[in-house]
Amino acid sequence: MVAETLWRRVWEARWSYVFMAPTLVLAILFTFYPLVASWYISFLDWSGLDSDREFVGFANYVEAVSDPYFWNAFGRTFAFAAVTVPGTIGISLVIALVLNDQALRMRVVFRTVFFLPVVTTTAIVGIVMSLVLNPFDGPVNAALLYLGLIDRPIDFLGDPNLALWSVAGVYVWKWMGISMIYWLVALQTVPSQLYEAAQVDGAGRWRIHRHITVPLVMPFAVVICLIGFVGALQTFPLVQAMTGGGPAFSTELVEVYIFRLAFAAEYQPRLGYASAVAVFFGLAVLVLTLAQAWGVRRAATSQRELRGGRP
Amino acid sequence: MTSIPQTAIAEPVTSLADEAARRPPVRRRRSYRRELVVTVILLPVCLLWIYPFLWMVSASLKTDTEIFGSVSLIPEEIQWENYARAWYEANIGPYFWNTVIVTVASVAIVTLTTAMMGYVLGRQRFPGKRLVIVAFVATLFLPEGYTIIPFFELVNRLGLSGSLWGIILAESGGAHVIMIFLFAGYFRQLPNELEEAARIDGAGFVRTFWQVMLPLAKPAIATAIILSLMRVWNSFLIPLVLTLARPELRTLAVGVYSFQGENMTDWSGMAAASTISLLPIVAIFLALQRYFVEGVAGAVRG
Repeated sequence: MVAETLWRRVWEARWSYVFMAPTLVLAILFTFYPLVASWYISFLDWSGLDSDREFVGFANYVEAVSDPYFWNAFGRTFAFAAVTVPGTIGISLVIALVLNDQALRMRVVFRTVFFLPVVTTTAIVGIVMSLVLNPFDGPVNAALLYLGLIDRPIDFLGDPNLALWSVAGVYVWKWMGISMIYWLVALQTVPSQLYEAAQVDGAGRWRIHRHITVPLVMPFAVVICLIGFVGALQTFPLVQAMTGGGPAFSTELVEVYIFRLAFAAEYQPRLGYASAVAVFFGLAVLVLTLAQAWGVRRAATSQRELRGGRP
Repeated sequence: MTSIPQTAIAEPVTSLADEAARRPPVRRRRSYRRELVVTVILLPVCLLWIYPFLWMVSASLKTDTEIFGSVSLIPEEIQWENYARAWYEANIGPYFWNTVIVTVASVAIVTLTTAMMGYVLGRQRFPGKRLVIVAFVATLFLPEGYTIIPFFELVNRLGLSGSLWGIILAESGGAHVIMIFLFAGYFRQLPNELEEAARIDGAGFVRTFWQVMLPLAKPAIATAIILSLMRVWNSFLIPLVLTLARPELRTLAVGVYSFQGENMTDWSGMAAASTISLLPIVAIFLALQRYFVEGVAGAVRG
């Protein structure tokens, strides 16, 4: 009986399934299948499409855990995120607060300029930036030398101690505009009557932000941080184009490491091992993201209490 | 976690500009001095943001010797042959058309399929709906770079690696959760009378969608097209991996990247190739900048 009514409901909704079919087929092929397959491949010793696969159990994971290249890439990836996420979010907040002023007539121009790098091709921007930052003929060093700020050119991308942070700077420059838009959306949810009331009460700009803006945009802040964090782990195009992971592996983030293991021509491909690294890292990211998402929910709850308290 | 799709669907798409217009100005008394100070401080910051692009265009019009070590942006004599060299000798021409084909095809596929999916999720009831929503939201937490190996193997096994179809389908194949929920939210807030009227007129499911609902979703379609345009035109990892053995299928991002590997010293050629690659997307952005901003803003509204 139950099966029969379910079958009838399915049959009545047949067009819904037909309409979902193209998206579902594409998503299963290119999103869900690769996810499951990468777990399976991570248990194989497999060095290329045409070569034999051998099931090796957890051997790849055991190797990853004791591989210094992996742990270095792992640590660098989180160090990169730890620098770029606060950098991007802080700068974009300041700019959004300034641009949120309706009286500022050039705000659309400023917004467009700050957003411009976001729409451009990351890999190509990376290549242009590697020329701009070039120590011998690039304009940045030429300008710094001309102004007398430095005596010798700075090798932004060739110095192993500096390269990762140069890439981080370009990353902040490239993606700041997107957080700026998020902040502008958040700031516009603050009811303007609150600002007016505060002004009538004689509150200054700083106190208004401290007591009205900050608590009301807090839940957005958590979402913006979450999106920023997930984004900061997807650095492959920029890093590969700017440094390719060098010099001396100093900018080799996890994605670049996986690419080198699996596809770089100068090495024997290690698809099974690369998959193990990817799965391990993906799980680490998942745990961190879920922890943050839990934070989002908590912040949303406290926000509701705050709003509920308002007349 | 499940609260994300629900709010995303429930919230109608509102526009940044509309909100700004509705909202009375915070400060009735305009402070011109403040505006002047802010503008003077922001202008150099802005310059920092566009200088790399200005430098790129300027370098593409100079000779190599003129580029090296120079801060000036004005070329002595405009060198159009840099563009000819990039277009013909560095194969940027074919790469350009590859990118156009991949982008147009993939944007069309993604927009149509996500609109259909969003329509069903936003307006229809069917067994298994909750499962579908949960599965798609879960993919939000999945970084693309970490499944590239099975992805690569799949495209090869499907026999798609020999043509642009492999790249087109691969680019169309993500879960596109944000776009699906954009459409779902949009379709959900349309009045029920529309469907009833269509049914009375004898229109079936497909015709109701195609002739009544889809034409009403133009704002959502515009946003969806722009979001996927930005993603596909700028995509790097997927076309890079899929064209490793087939240089003739490269897209611009991959083509300029390998140009750098092969001609380290040809800065003017590289700048010209980069300018050709960035110009279309920047031009579209400047023409439709409001829609770009709206599209991106939609991601955080849910």
